[in-house]
Amino acid sequence: MTDIAAARLKKRHAAETRFRVYGRTAIIIALSFLALLMGRIGMQGYSTFTTNTVSLSVYLDPARIDAGDLEGSNFDYVVALALLKKMGETDDDYGTNASEAMDLVSRDLGFQILNRLKAEPGLLGKTITVTGPMKANADLYYKGQLKRETAQADRRLNNHQLDWLDRLKADGDVKSGFNVAFFTHADSTEPEQAGILGAVMGSAMMLLVTALIAVPMGVLAAVWLEEFAPKNRWTDIIEVNINNLAAVPSIVYGLLGLAVFINWLGAPRGAPLTGGMVLALMALPTIIIATRSALKAVPPSIREAALGVGASRTQTVFHHVLPQAMPGVMTGTILSLAHALGETAPLLMIGMIAFNPGIPEGFTSSASVLPVQVFIWENASERAFHERTAAAIIVLLVFMIAMNAAAVILRRRFERRW
Amino acid sequence: MVMTMTLKPPVIRTAAPHSHHPATPQPTKISVRDINVFYGEKQALNSISVEIPGKAVTAFIGPSGCGKSTFLRCINRMNDTIAGCRVEGQIVMDGQDINDRSIDPVVLRAKVGMVFQKPNPFPKSIFENVAYGPRIHGIASNKQDLEGIVEASLKKAGLWAEVSDRLNQPGTSLSGGQQQRLVIARAIAVNPEVILMDEPCSALDPIATARVEELIDELRQQFCIVIVTHSMAQAARVSQRTVFFHMGELIESGSTEEIFTNPREPRTQDYITGRIG
Repeated sequence: MTDIAAARLKKRHAAETRFRVYGRTAIIIALSFLALLMGRIGMQGYSTFTTNTVSLSVYLDPARIDAGDLEGSNFDYVVALALLKKMGETDDDYGTNASEAMDLVSRDLGFQILNRLKAEPGLLGKTITVTGPMKANADLYYKGQLKRETAQADRRLNNHQLDWLDRLKADGDVKSGFNVAFFTHADSTEPEQAGILGAVMGSAMMLLVTALIAVPMGVLAAVWLEEFAPKNRWTDIIEVNINNLAAVPSIVYGLLGLAVFINWLGAPRGAPLTGGMVLALMALPTIIIATRSALKAVPPSIREAALGVGASRTQTVFHHVLPQAMPGVMTGTILSLAHALGETAPLLMIGMIAFNPGIPEGFTSSASVLPVQVFIWENASERAFHERTAAAIIVLLVFMIAMNAAAVILRRRFERRW
Repeated sequence: MVMTMTLKPPVIRTAAPHSHHPATPQPTKISVRDINVFYGEKQALNSISVEIPGKAVTAFIGPSGCGKSTFLRCINRMNDTIAGCRVEGQIVMDGQDINDRSIDPVVLRAKVGMVFQKPNPFPKSIFENVAYGPRIHGIASNKQDLEGIVEASLKKAGLWAEVSDRLNQPGTSLSGGQQQRLVIARAIAVNPEVILMDEPCSALDPIATARVEELIDELRQQFCIVIVTHSMAQAARVSQRTVFFHMGELIESGSTEEIFTNPREPRTQDYITGRIG
């Protein structure tokens, strides 16, 4: 081998090695960012999945509870007195002690007493045990996120309240456990009562609407454009515009939804139906493009084979070409739906930002969805909402992973079908 | 050290007695009058007229790009599916112009089956591959009927013995030669009168080619077969009539024996002897 050839060979090997190193570096950087992101969300959010509950013996004092007007009675105060009694203290003239006690225990206990009295009025005058969540700040103290070392003026609980919390813990009245409420409640103004279920249901309903509109329309549009449409200037214009639509910022779809669906067609504001329609518009171009490329990838020999035995064009497409393209169609569709699931901006435009303390009743009632719930909680002032923000993101990610897993499974099934 | 190597001559079976019987001339099945084909502005075929006999094999030969495949695709109107392709002229089959408005190409293609260059079975089971045609044309009235048609077609295509125990396996799992015979079975299943074959053996090895050629020889008892081929030897082996195309024009047509032994046109002579191509 000549020297020049040897030198060139060495250079080629060096270039190959360099390229491999670049590739690996790129992957490592990408993965570490992903790990950082996931790690941060996990660290911030995991504490939401446990919560502290307290059990208190409450004397249902007939002097404080009006049997004739249960709804009008101040049960929070009754609960506060029970806590004070347990601590060997009483309320002072200004009610400071009682309000400090109220800051520690969720109002849920008061509601529980109300409901039990409604069901069984005979309980009045007796002592019952109720178990319910701590208020969010007390919960944070137990979780170590609110620290005694912080100057008293800078934290939400004073030393006196922290002493009570320590005693409750020491006496075994407070138990730590899985935060069921987070998965069974909708949003609430009280962080300890706020849950994700309303948003999960809202997202699921909205996505159903999106899928029902966008998938059949997108697939049929793609089939027509790819298999039936004549190739002329009009179809060229349509094709260019579909590609452009895929790149339109999502907020524009929100404005369109606001102007057309809500203001003109009178669709309900902030409802899964309207949100689903807007997201369907947004997902449509992506589905069309994905379906068209899946159809293009089907070898023309299959079309010739079907036409050759006398199948009509429609039969050729629906018996042979589309089934062959199905894995690609599914992947494109599910990816665009997953994209729609995480979309926030257009939903803010159509009024999905409202506070929704309940699980949506139907497709036309006001609802929250996961990304918007994240947005709302992130903007809340209460610190406990911030860990819930991270937890909501985790739920959103799990939702998406589940969807992608479904896509993979469906792909496999369709690919195996002969 | 002595290197020992035994070389066995490859066993190549060729189609059984290559007897092209020019003695019994078959009546004309397809009569082509003055066909012109255009792809956009470009003219691919220039005024082709030929008579194709029934129950015989007619071979189209000629160099690449001479228009023989284009002409083949006129006979079952496959060119309709190509954007920008225009066919002018008359192709009369059994006394009817197939380009007439009253003819449904779907019905025509059931009557004129086609086998392509590359085996293209559907990515479905062997059974489904053959059953698809009868099913969409409503040929079978019940399940037993359909099974009977599939069996008969596979038998005619000489594939039954090889696949009868695995009809539910994908057609694409067969070897290339088996796939091509499966595709022939698929074409036979809809009771065609004509079978068009576009270089059916160009993707096959010599042994599989021999099987398909044998099959073609058997099938000509029942069908009018038109085959496009690049192989002079194949045309000589399987066909009774040969048509030579060059640059979009029909140069010469006649009995295979005549064309190969005593061509009238010098261009035919040149092509057959390998001077042009």
